[in-house]
Amino acid sequence: MSTLHTVNKSPFERDSLSSCIRLAAKGCAILLIEDGVFGAMAGTDHSDMVSGAMKDASVYVLGPDLAARGMSEDRVIDGIQVVDYSGFVELTAKHDTCQSWL
Amino acid sequence: MATKKFMFVNRKAPYGTVYALESLEVVLIAAAFEQDVSLAFVGDGVYEIAKGQSTDGIGMKNFSPTYKALGDYEVTKLYVEKESLEARGLTLDDLMDLVWEDEDEDYAEKPSIRLVSSAELAEVFDEQDVVLSF
Amino acid sequence: MKYSIMVNEGPYTHQASDTALQFCKAALEAEHEIFRVFFYHDGVNNGTRYTVPPQDDRNIQKEWSKLAETHEIDLVICIAAAQRRGIMDADEAKRQGLDGDNIAPGFRISGLGQLIEGGIIADRQLVFGD
Repeated sequence: MSTLHTVNKSPFERDSLSSCIRLAAKGCAILLIEDGVFGAMAGTDHSDMVSGAMKDASVYVLGPDLAARGMSEDRVIDGIQVVDYSGFVELTAKHDTCQSWL
Repeated sequence: MATKKFMFVNRKAPYGTVYALESLEVVLIAAAFEQDVSLAFVGDGVYEIAKGQSTDGIGMKNFSPTYKALGDYEVTKLYVEKESLEARGLTLDDLMDLVWEDEDEDYAEKPSIRLVSSAELAEVFDEQDVVLSF
Repeated sequence: MKYSIMVNEGPYTHQASDTALQFCKAALEAEHEIFRVFFYHDGVNNGTRYTVPPQDDRNIQKEWSKLAETHEIDLVICIAAAQRRGIMDADEAKRQGLDGDNIAPGFRISGLGQLIEGGIIADRQLVFGD
């Protein structure tokens, strides 16, 4: 079984992202949405944690939420894929279950 | 109706927000639908089952006794993440004594709380069909 | 794919309802089916017809009602959560002896069983919340 995890809160606000990373099984996918997109940015205090997670999980970020917040796709951590809402839908179809980290 | 593995993930403390109370109401309904129900207490969610809750002073209803009824509804898998407990300076002794009666063993009382490591809980999560987070 | 969607927060205060709407639209465009959208906790507040948001901004309630009408989507408001927060249909208002109801078009009030049923019947369950 593979799970798509979504994280919608900033790692600076809540432990949702760190909890997700700690509790996501190998081979899963993590999609950062809403305020969670800040977890995708390079050069932050949390970037190493996210890069580390990418060894065992595919990480994605929702482009429209990045743009809304003035975050440039250029500054996203290398290897994180930017997707739109149709990409979000595709990810939910590709993985067996969805788990939200609120 | 099909039987699916339903997992209810609790990460929020009780009383500060409504999520702990209202998520418990969903659990009881899922049990009535005879689904394979598990609960996980992660992060501040472990406080939901802390012993000795007394709410008279804050004027709110103490709903913690409802957790004791879960065993009667055949909800017997309450996973508590060890790391979350330890980070908060808590042990199993600080949690409510939640049990279920095993009718296959003469109604012997067994603990519903399963203390698991992060790695073990990650495996449990990955087996679920439906995960509801509150 | 058949989707069951849960919306745990009300309109405007959290992005949950907006994200759920955007997801549903994208899923429908990809020719998936939205089996049900279940509104819980403050999510029930998406179903009042008395919101008057600023004219230059989206009207979340109307967007849900329009989606329900265009695609015949079942929008369910949890009765227990609705009672706590004062979202009423005509029958419930009468039962409770209240002088009015406020439910928006396309929404219906029902029990938590509808959420569980959605989880059982759908291929995927998504939760949007805080």
